[in-house]
Amino acid sequence: MFESADAVLLARFQFAFTVAFHIIFPSFSIGLASFLAVLEGLWLITKRDVYLRLFKYWVRIFAVAFGMGVVSGVVMAYQIGTNWGVFADRAGPIIGPLMGYEVLSAFFLEAGFLGVMLFGLNRVGKGLHFFSTLMVAIGTLGSAFWILSVNSWMQTPAGYEMNEVGQFVAADWAAVIFNPSFPYRLVHMVLAAYITTALVVGAVGAWHLLRGNREEPIRIMFSMAMWMLTIVVPMQLYAGDAHGRNTLEYQPAKIAAIEGHYESYPDGHAPLILLGWPSNEAGETLYSIEVPLLGSLILTHDLTSPLQGLDAFPREDWPPTTIVFFTFRAMVGLGVLMLGLGLFSLYKRIRHKLYDSTWLHRYAVIMGPAGFAAVLCGWVTTEVGRQPFTVYNLLRTADSASPLDAPAVGASLLAFIIVYFFIFGAGTLYILRLMRGTPASSEEAPISEGPTRTAGFTQIQAPEHSRRPEAGD
Amino acid sequence: MEPNTTLTIFWAAVIGFAIIMYVVLDGFDLGVGILFTVVHEDEHRGVMMNSVAPVWDGNETWLVMGGGGLLATFPLAYSVLFPAIYAPLIAMLLGLAFRGVSFEYRWRATKGRFIWNAGFAGGSLLAAFCQGLALGTVLQGVEIANREYAGGWWDWLTPFSILTGLSVVSGYILLGSTWLILKTEGALQERAFGIAKVAGVVTLGFIVAVSIWTPFLGDTYFARWYSWPNILYVSPVPILVVIVAALFWRALLARQERAPFLLALVLFVITYAGLAVSMYPYIAPPTLTIFDAAAPSSSQIFLLYGAPVLLVILLCYTGYSYWVFRGKVTAKSGYH
Repeated sequence: MFESADAVLLARFQFAFTVAFHIIFPSFSIGLASFLAVLEGLWLITKRDVYLRLFKYWVRIFAVAFGMGVVSGVVMAYQIGTNWGVFADRAGPIIGPLMGYEVLSAFFLEAGFLGVMLFGLNRVGKGLHFFSTLMVAIGTLGSAFWILSVNSWMQTPAGYEMNEVGQFVAADWAAVIFNPSFPYRLVHMVLAAYITTALVVGAVGAWHLLRGNREEPIRIMFSMAMWMLTIVVPMQLYAGDAHGRNTLEYQPAKIAAIEGHYESYPDGHAPLILLGWPSNEAGETLYSIEVPLLGSLILTHDLTSPLQGLDAFPREDWPPTTIVFFTFRAMVGLGVLMLGLGLFSLYKRIRHKLYDSTWLHRYAVIMGPAGFAAVLCGWVTTEVGRQPFTVYNLLRTADSASPLDAPAVGASLLAFIIVYFFIFGAGTLYILRLMRGTPASSEEAPISEGPTRTAGFTQIQAPEHSRRPEAGD
Repeated sequence: MEPNTTLTIFWAAVIGFAIIMYVVLDGFDLGVGILFTVVHEDEHRGVMMNSVAPVWDGNETWLVMGGGGLLATFPLAYSVLFPAIYAPLIAMLLGLAFRGVSFEYRWRATKGRFIWNAGFAGGSLLAAFCQGLALGTVLQGVEIANREYAGGWWDWLTPFSILTGLSVVSGYILLGSTWLILKTEGALQERAFGIAKVAGVVTLGFIVAVSIWTPFLGDTYFARWYSWPNILYVSPVPILVVIVAALFWRALLARQERAPFLLALVLFVITYAGLAVSMYPYIAPPTLTIFDAAAPSSSQIFLLYGAPVLLVILLCYTGYSYWVFRGKVTAKSGYH
């Protein structure tokens, strides 16, 4: 099996598959960790039980999602070495230390305080417990900081020089870390994580509202999620636009591919291609539906600045245009729908109908997974758009791989696919089950309880002896 | 930009420290997982899992640190070693994935609990065995040409690597069972005492077998262990192993609760030191030394700004987290 396959292509599939699965969990856990810190903070300040109930409800979901994030993340730390050895050797002196700092400053922080956060409320007291929750939240953000710095450096390398064995060596670490695309990517991704989480929280709240549950915790979670969307989605559109303009400056070929522009527009006046079928073989976007002038307005914010098309770049440097063209449009489309949800909820809120609008709640339920889809589309756009390079314009993907053997890569890819679908499928099922429950009052919902035993969802009660022990009682 | 010799040795020591931290910490929680194969009572399994649930994630972070740290400080070693241990490494990662999610899933499943019991046991066993295979593969030597791995895809599968694989499994069972002696009471602790006795004897047997075999893998190993006056410098290693083994046996017979675990840890550290003695200065024997593989000095120095301080801090809060969850774990009442 796999003897005739292209080993590098299989290795790319393997990396794409494992990293795509992985990014789903941080997108959720970054946002959820911050949400949990806010909930616990509100509980400590207002002393209102409802916030503790919400905290205990979401922390269990967090625990399952975080577990999946950890195990899929460990894989990433080794994947670069198994399949991308040449890249690891050459770029390791730059990206290695950044990832080292990620482990030391973020992963250990999360892991060290996660146990206390999940199991320790009654063992350490409220203050220290809140501190632990904060550390977990800060850890998730710190991790995003470093890994996005690594990724951004691969997109827009800076602050490096080459040594005699062909390794990238840092000449200026500040320039390496704060490379040109990093601030934009960081903001874009962290906002995406917050929006993704708000969409999930909102969908859960809306689903319970649709089922006729109007208890206070349900209303609060729905309201908080909708506020988040109303405020953060417009910020994200602004951040996304800025990120796009940054990409235009540093990776113009990627933008040309996203836009489906094969021709350059030396005097501006570029159209916006809404839809079509970009074809690298044909060298043009087939069946295109265009809006005149709008392309220039969006990209350069004026009509006359010159715009490069793919014809300005050597053919062997073109990214796979068709993929990024469509994933980008899917991401933007989802973003518009998110904006719509935020505005719709604001309208209903002003009219005091936030908890009564069936259409709003249906809309919110449907949008529950939209954040994950948008995050995946966005990452596919930026990563596929970086091709055919691993380090942009400096190291080709084809030259980055280990000496690979197609059967070995293929077999491991197959193993990853089977195992991932099984364990993450099960995890998704368990998370959905937890979401089907409702936030119990705090006396009946110990923080580290085993199987859910919440009101209205009793069929999965566990026998007494098999419950996870409660902290401190 | 050339690597700095002192810093190279320093970073090799840090990576070595991360690896031994990983081995002993995840070692005991993998060992607890492996023991699911012989402990079948649901109540006991719940206690066993809970004894490691708050700390397993931190323990496994040392593995990420080992991988990430190797990339940062010895990128060439990272890029040639991992293709050499490709299959066991991927199998280990999948095993770890299975057992890692089992911690949460086991409590969430209704009818499917048996899957996650099996996943926890099987994943832990697979991960432990693969780590041993990887150790054996590196010890027996890795072929390198032009800064790339040049060996075959099945080089990792040899009688020696199988021996090291089984050794690690046995060692982790020893750590896991002594951890359970420390953290549990009653019938489960009784079982753990029994298992620890067997695991202690078997592990000692494996240590002897690997120690006798290793010097015959290569001339450098042989010279290091059996030539005069080297034999004087390295002789404390086997002597210490004998002393610790004797103390361990006495502690088990005296039914002490803490000493067996601590002595098992010491045994691991000593044998690990023995391995380090064999390998130094090679990071990928028989050709690649830490000095060949070291990252340029700019990377070494950049890490020096933050890593030592962060390491000390994280050791403090890791210790704190263990302290929070100190004491016995029981099924009914949780942590006391």
